[in-house]
Amino acid sequence: MNSVVCISQVPDTEARIKIAAGGKTIEEAGLKFIVSPYDEFALEEAIRLKESKGGEVVVLTFGPDRAAQALRECLARGATRAMHIKGDSGAIDSLGIAQILAAAIRTLEYDLVFLGKMGVGTDNSLVGPMLAELLELPQVNVVTKLELGDGKLTAHREVEGAEEVIEASLPALITAQKGLNEPRYASLKGIMAAKKIAIDTKTPADLGLNEDELFNKRVVTMTLEMPPEKSPGTKIDGSDPAAAAKKIVDYIQNQAKAF
Amino acid sequence: MAKILVVCESKDGKLNKSSKEALSAGRSLATESGGELHAAVLGTAGEASAAEAGRFGAKKLFSAGDSSLDAYGTEPWTAAVKAVIDQASPDVVLFLGTSAGRDLAPRLAARLGVGVASDVDRLEWADGKLKARRPVYAGRAFATVLVDAKPAIATCRPNAFSPSESGDGTAEVVKVDFTAASSKARLVSTESTTGGEMTIAEADIIVSGGRGLKEAANFSLIRDLAHALGGAVGASRATVDAGWIDHQHQVGQTGRVVSPPLYIAVGISGAIQHLAGMSSSKHIIAINKDPEAPIFKIADLGIVGDLFEILPALTEEVKKAKAAH
Ligand SMILES: Cc1cc2nc3c(=O)[nH]c(=O)nc-3n(C[C@H](O)[C@H](O)[C@H](O)COP(=O)(O)OP(=O)(O)OC[C@H]3O[C@@H](n4cnc5c(N)ncnc54)[C@H](O)[C@@H]3O)c2cc1C
Ligand SMILES: Nc1ncnc2c1ncn2[C@@H]1O[C@H](COP(=O)(O)O)[C@@H](O)[C@H]1O
Repeated sequence: MNSVVCISQVPDTEARIKIAAGGKTIEEAGLKFIVSPYDEFALEEAIRLKESKGGEVVVLTFGPDRAAQALRECLARGATRAMHIKGDSGAIDSLGIAQILAAAIRTLEYDLVFLGKMGVGTDNSLVGPMLAELLELPQVNVVTKLELGDGKLTAHREVEGAEEVIEASLPALITAQKGLNEPRYASLKGIMAAKKIAIDTKTPADLGLNEDELFNKRVVTMTLEMPPEKSPGTKIDGSDPAAAAKKIVDYIQNQAKAF
Repeated sequence: MAKILVVCESKDGKLNKSSKEALSAGRSLATESGGELHAAVLGTAGEASAAEAGRFGAKKLFSAGDSSLDAYGTEPWTAAVKAVIDQASPDVVLFLGTSAGRDLAPRLAARLGVGVASDVDRLEWADGKLKARRPVYAGRAFATVLVDAKPAIATCRPNAFSPSESGDGTAEVVKVDFTAASSKARLVSTESTTGGEMTIAEADIIVSGGRGLKEAANFSLIRDLAHALGGAVGASRATVDAGWIDHQHQVGQTGRVVSPPLYIAVGISGAIQHLAGMSSSKHIIAINKDPEAPIFKIADLGIVGDLFEILPALTEEVKKAKAAH
């Protein structure tokens, strides 16, 4: 069972976000970068499949030089190979990313392609289904449980107030939701072993893509702004529960106009 | 003259709330440009929505009435919406921010070779192009993007656009030819995970509980208030991780991002990952015994006190007010 796991490197979710000069991107200086949290569930699932059924786990990212560190972390956890397509992931839309990933994946042998349900930060939730379309694969999005059968899979996917059980033929594409598994930490042995694996580094042009058609096309960011500072609300003392309850209901009725 | 197409979802012949929101957003775009609003409703009950779609301003309703489209499935829906687009040739296509809409919009966009602005909370025109605002970094920043493609595709963030009727008459039904092809994936079953309770995804009011509840059984205090208000039950990750409540209820970065008109946080400290999932709610009330709890920084109304005393009193007061209403 061979898997490809697409991962994106994103700012730490705890990080304080500042807008960089130019007003279109965030200030990267001093930021800590991590593997996007949902991608960790994707990676873990692929590693478990490798452990139970054999095969390879290739981690793949499109991003700048610093993204190599994220690939190293994935190798340390148990991925067997890594592919780094280098380029400015800040100047490209999701379809552009999907086109690059598709071109890279076409050079590999795979049964499953894993992604996160959303890249934390840009919060798009777009690359998975786009990539599935480009590779002509069935997709199951926001997966919380995965079982593999003969030439097919059964996946549980989270929808509003319910869980859908979907059966798909292999090869297929899965996007991971929290709950799919508990991602492991890297072991010291894993970290040492990962250092010996060479990362396969390429450019989009190496994959036969025309860079002029990938960047700053279709969906282009004009501005990035901080939300307006919220003025502090009213704080009241709740030591008299009945009085507090009256004030809350007054707010719900007259300010929020909720009923 | 711009044509705006909204890909709606209906149940038992009725449009859902997100459809009404997206139709209203689409109508503003149409009005601004002197254009026309169209709706697509798939499945055998699609035509039943013609009057309702019309009331929200749709002039035409494109329906593909095949039974393979009655439940959402990625492949049949992608093919059917593609058929609608080929026939309607819209300039803008709006999808809902539902699990179906989020599955479908990017797949279709890749088929058409166009981009998507996802989860947008504002839409307008800029020099004949679609300009959209979307929250990024879990609501800690806003990106304004220009969608330069035909059609320009966006998914609408739930609760961001208020549904308003235009009072127009029934939309003209346009039938779209669609024959189901074989699919590589199929829906085996759908199991409810909320036991029929209202979900946080579409609720107008959410009452969320945190670790301050002390134990699973005390979630009944949250449920009582939510039921009295006609709202849904939300939860912090700490309570989900403790096994007090199902993950479906989790609000936040690794749960659901919600922005209801009213959000009530009870015994929740206000960690950045929780705020990420609810800070764009219109009105926020927080109940916490710690006056320094970060949740108070974003609460419109904060009550410093013991939730075990305040919640029962509040639920009673809500019931009284509702009875008098
Ligand atoms: C990568 C990552 C993702 C995460 N994703 C999420 C997410 O999606 N959603 C989420 O919620 N968290 C998330 N977290 C966890 C988050 O950091 C917090 O740990 C969590 O939100 C805390 O939950 P809590 O507020 O219920 O608990 P606590 O922080 O323990 O707060 C409990 C609060 O209850 C108050 N309290 C106690 N007793 C009473 C009483 N009798 N009356 C009134 N108030 C009382 C206390 O003053 C305190 O403020 C994530 C963390 C990480 C690292
Ligand atoms: N630059 C990238 N390189 C590799 N995978 C990516 C990249 N961007 C997004 N992805 C994958 O696509 C998923 C969804 O991302 P997004 O559509 O940006 O929210 C992520 O969780 C990753 O698995």
